Amino acid sequence: MSGWLLRHVQSALFAAGRLARAPVSTAFTVLVIAIALTLPTALALGIHSVRSSTGEFANAVDVSVYFKRDVPIEKARQLAASLRQRSGIARVEFIAADEALKQFREQSGFGAALDVLEGNPLPHALDVRPKTDAADPAHMESLRRYIAAWPEVELVQIDSDWVKRLNAILDLLRRLVLGASALLGVGVLAVVGNTIRLEIYSRRAEIEVTKLVGGSNAFVRRPFLYTGLLYGVAGALLAALLAWTALQLLDAPVARLAQSYGSSFRLLAPGWRELGILLGVGALLGVLGAWLAAARHLARIEPRS
Amino acid sequence: MIRFDRASKRYPNGREALSGATFEIREGEMVFLTGRSGAGKSTVLKLIALLERPTRGLVMVNGCNTAALASRRIPAFRRQLGVVFQDHRLLTERSIFDNVALPLHAAHAPLKDIDKRVRAALDQVGLLDRAQALPLELSVGEQQRVGIARAVVVKPKLLIADEPTGNLDPALSMEVMGLFRRFNEVGVTVVIATHDIDLVKASGLREIIVADGKVQDPATEKLVVPSMEAER
Ligand SMILES: Nc1ncnc2c1ncn2[C@@H]1O[C@H](COP(=O)(O)OP(=O)(O)OP(=O)(O)O)[C@@H](O)[C@H]1O
Ligand SMILES: [Mg+2]
Repeated sequence: MSGWLLRHVQSALFAAGRLARAPVSTAFTVLVIAIALTLPTALALGIHSVRSSTGEFANAVDVSVYFKRDVPIEKARQLAASLRQRSGIARVEFIAADEALKQFREQSGFGAALDVLEGNPLPHALDVRPKTDAADPAHMESLRRYIAAWPEVELVQIDSDWVKRLNAILDLLRRLVLGASALLGVGVLAVVGNTIRLEIYSRRAEIEVTKLVGGSNAFVRRPFLYTGLLYGVAGALLAALLAWTALQLLDAPVARLAQSYGSSFRLLAPGWRELGILLGVGALLGVLGAWLAAARHLARIEPRS
Repeated sequence: MIRFDRASKRYPNGREALSGATFEIREGEMVFLTGRSGAGKSTVLKLIALLERPTRGLVMVNGCNTAALASRRIPAFRRQLGVVFQDHRLLTERSIFDNVALPLHAAHAPLKDIDKRVRAALDQVGLLDRAQALPLELSVGEQQRVGIARAVVVKPKLLIADEPTGNLDPALSMEVMGLFRRFNEVGVTVVIATHDIDLVKASGLREIIVADGKVQDPATEKLVVPSMEAER
């Protein structure tokens, strides 16, 4: 067992030594792999950030309830109070028609125009905020029905359409990133495969001699698989560094932009989990690319004597 | 150990390098293959080492029909014999030590044995002090001896060598032949292709002559010729 392990460590060190002896071409290959991995990584992190903060938005979804204009204020207040008793409701704010008009007059700048109107065109209204755990679409819908069934109510509005749209867009983006990632993954396979192919042919004599003295295909293949593994892992590490740097550079401007919209949105820095996934994907692509190249080209090299 | 029965080898270019060769080499024997350049000596050795398969006839090596052996079993087959190549085929970027260790690594020998066995093999060919040198830093004769060390390091039951003394001075040739004889004395079957007629005659060992793709084996002929005469 330990002999087996030692053999593999030796193979890995040997492969690393070879890569180190050709630093320029190694660096180039690693860079290409890293760029291919950085793009989906950065996009995925961005989408992840937006997703985790729309959770916060979704909780902020409010239900606006407008009463009919002839509903007296006492009745409206009474209904508001009964709504407060209902489960799943975090807060019910009563907005009296006069109050609403006053606010509108102050904020809209149409004060003079409004004076022309006789009476108050605005109804009494409620601003209802559901509890976090009751803010999903099904709960929201049943709440809307419940309120809409009251004869005093004119209109119930759920301000969640934009959240739905945002989620749909995020979903679409996520699919695009998945598709792009798949393509870039194939690209990484091709880059590793091609590099390994060139290496196989440049070491043709060595492979022939190894086969001559009885090296099996698995034995001949092993150093190339380690080369692929090292390419993949090195590319993934560099990709992590690039993505992290990009996020550091973008973080402050994004935070400022979000703040101007009154949001505390921040880009999420990649954590250990993301790093682990990235390294795993890089290693897998590296080994797979090398394996594909080795399977294709090593069999073709038979010792001509 | 080795049996050729009407074995022929035609190369892809149409050249028939060996036609209808029949001979047998028993376990523990030491045999020379002689003949002019281009006669087919190397071809016989390639058929034994399974670098080529016969196009017709039968080649049996160590109880194994080489024409029928599955490709994936070839590595294991090659690991049980030692081969010294005419152009010695050393890896120029690796040290002498690593070159000799290669068959042991290929055979997954325990790592702690490898060092010991490589040193023993290099010691046998008198090159232990050059273990860390690169092949191109050695003379051609020394390279040839490294090739021999690499062939014997796996302790094969069958050792085949193509012109192992081709580039050696007479004294070294004698020495290398002595080396092969010592392997033979401990039970290794040895087959050597060589131009060096004097050395063969001096050894008094069995000689199989290859001429123009045909094998003339005095030992086999003794058996065959009388019966042919009886037919007449
Ligand atoms: N791979 C090959 N393809 C085509 N023809 C070949 C091949 N190898 C050998 N031959 C031919 O087969 C014949 C026998 O070659 P072989 O190498 O067996 O001769 P040899 O007796 O070993 O000669 P030498 O003493 O010069 O090494 C030669 O005419 C050679 O040209
Ligand atoms: Mg020859």
